[in-house]
Amino acid sequence: MTDFYCIIRNNKIVKDGVVLFEQENKPDNDFLTEAYDKLGISYPKFYKMDRLSKLGFIAAELLLSTIQGKYQADELAIVLSNSNSSLDTDLRFWDSVKTQASPSLFVYTLPNIVIGEICIRHGIKGENLFFVSPQFDSDWISSYVDMLLVGKKAKFCLAGWIDILADRADVFLYLTDKSISSSKISERYHSWNN
Amino acid sequence: MKKVWLLADSIISPLGFSTEDNFMQVMAGATGVKQTDFFGDQKVCVSHLIDLKPTAHFTRFEIVALHALNELKRQVKLPSKRTLFILSTTKGNIDVLENGQPDHPRIHLHAVTAMLAKELSIEKSIVVSNACTSGNVALIVAKRYIERGVFDHAVVLGADVLSKFVISGFQSLNAASPEPCKPFDINRSGINLGEAASAVLLTSKPQEFEIEKKISILGGGISNDANHISGPSKTGAELAMAIKIALDEAHVRHEEVDFISGHGTATVYNDEMEAKAFNLSNLSATPLHSLKGNFGHTLGAAGVVETVLSAISLKNQQLFPTYGFEKLGVSQPINILKKSQLKSIRLGLKTASGFGGCNATLVLALEN
Repeated sequence: MTDFYCIIRNNKIVKDGVVLFEQENKPDNDFLTEAYDKLGISYPKFYKMDRLSKLGFIAAELLLSTIQGKYQADELAIVLSNSNSSLDTDLRFWDSVKTQASPSLFVYTLPNIVIGEICIRHGIKGENLFFVSPQFDSDWISSYVDMLLVGKKAKFCLAGWIDILADRADVFLYLTDKSISSSKISERYHSWNN
Repeated sequence: MKKVWLLADSIISPLGFSTEDNFMQVMAGATGVKQTDFFGDQKVCVSHLIDLKPTAHFTRFEIVALHALNELKRQVKLPSKRTLFILSTTKGNIDVLENGQPDHPRIHLHAVTAMLAKELSIEKSIVVSNACTSGNVALIVAKRYIERGVFDHAVVLGADVLSKFVISGFQSLNAASPEPCKPFDINRSGINLGEAASAVLLTSKPQEFEIEKKISILGGGISNDANHISGPSKTGAELAMAIKIALDEAHVRHEEVDFISGHGTATVYNDEMEAKAFNLSNLSATPLHSLKGNFGHTLGAAGVVETVLSAISLKNQQLFPTYGFEKLGVSQPINILKKSQLKSIRLGLKTASGFGGCNATLVLALEN
């Protein structure tokens, strides 16, 4: 059974309970760039991404490397959620409108763009969708993932929560090919909270 | 799996405040798209609900959304128990930024959704925000939960309003046409934005309502291009994949599809990609229409608006014309009607594609 998860919050990156990267007192963007450098991969598009996409890119990189070569393009589904949609980038884009509207910011003013970036990077063509809810809703996400896996809409699901606004990032992504109980997902989401 | 019925619906747009009014206007060849300088110095062509204003309690987005819900409530007593409420939107109340209210509590999509769900006394609500496929995706999500019996009913609301935020964004991408848009036409030059709201009641228990069941949702499919975040696939293979998933789920063969309600945004690349996808799906001869010339591109509302119009098209046995289309301008053969047509039809395919590379398709059926 495939079962991996990744948490990015409080300037820490944790995979399956192990801290992979930690950088105290750094603004989020510096933290993300340093984390990207630490991953040791070369993907120049990373630098043009907004912060939501950078977070998703890093978490997906850590999780999807575990199943490389084990799925066809249409066998992996991505189901993400957050509370702030793309507001972090919306505010930056709206700032640009006051002088000259920035097309490179505008394309990131939708929450599902992070899914698009992950799909491009990994050649994923399966089901993909973005929910917005006030908090991480483990019942909702796990039930939707179950429907996809049981209904054979996907062999693997990359799912979870990816939220950023101002100086607060909160990412919990998991990768699975089997049903995982909502309580177990919730327990993992709430780990590494300090 | 339980059958999922589309039992009641509404559309609020500049063409009318009910599904029937919008249907009659489309059949009569009307458009809500007009040139305006309302949203800034540059002239734009948009479909604008100019008479709907915010109130002391509600934003413009909320006023438009509430009109759609109220029109639905006029037809049917909406259920609240075992009911799911889904809001499909891209930007919700984003215009509070230009009104100088960045701290407005309902700038958050989940907060405006909770408020609307409370108006309907529905406990469980969620937002689907998947760019221009949001409406189709929201209907697919609702179908999945209802057919498995997790919920008995769902109210799905698609809504987006015009804002300087969105208009300036599309202008910055050179994607907004200053002229009325021309889907699939040789002279097409980009999209017209529009605003609308559309609501539907889906249910597996039509016997609980005093409305005759006619339209069912038979299948849904979602895919990603994995190509570009703001440009469509070069081949259309991924939209074709979403079409295949929906047809397979519906147990429908391509030759049984009576019409396609396409996305047809009138950008050079989108319409070309769709033509390729329909050919890959053996649907090149199937009557195809785009409603963007009538309504503009209403973003998160579009999928719901166009699904509802597909449903009334089935009920009336009428195929839609494509407003703005004159001469074919894509590299593959497709069958676009310039005039409406009476025809015996049973199955409709609704497709959409959007930023982030997403595609989502639905199969609708007129049942005996």
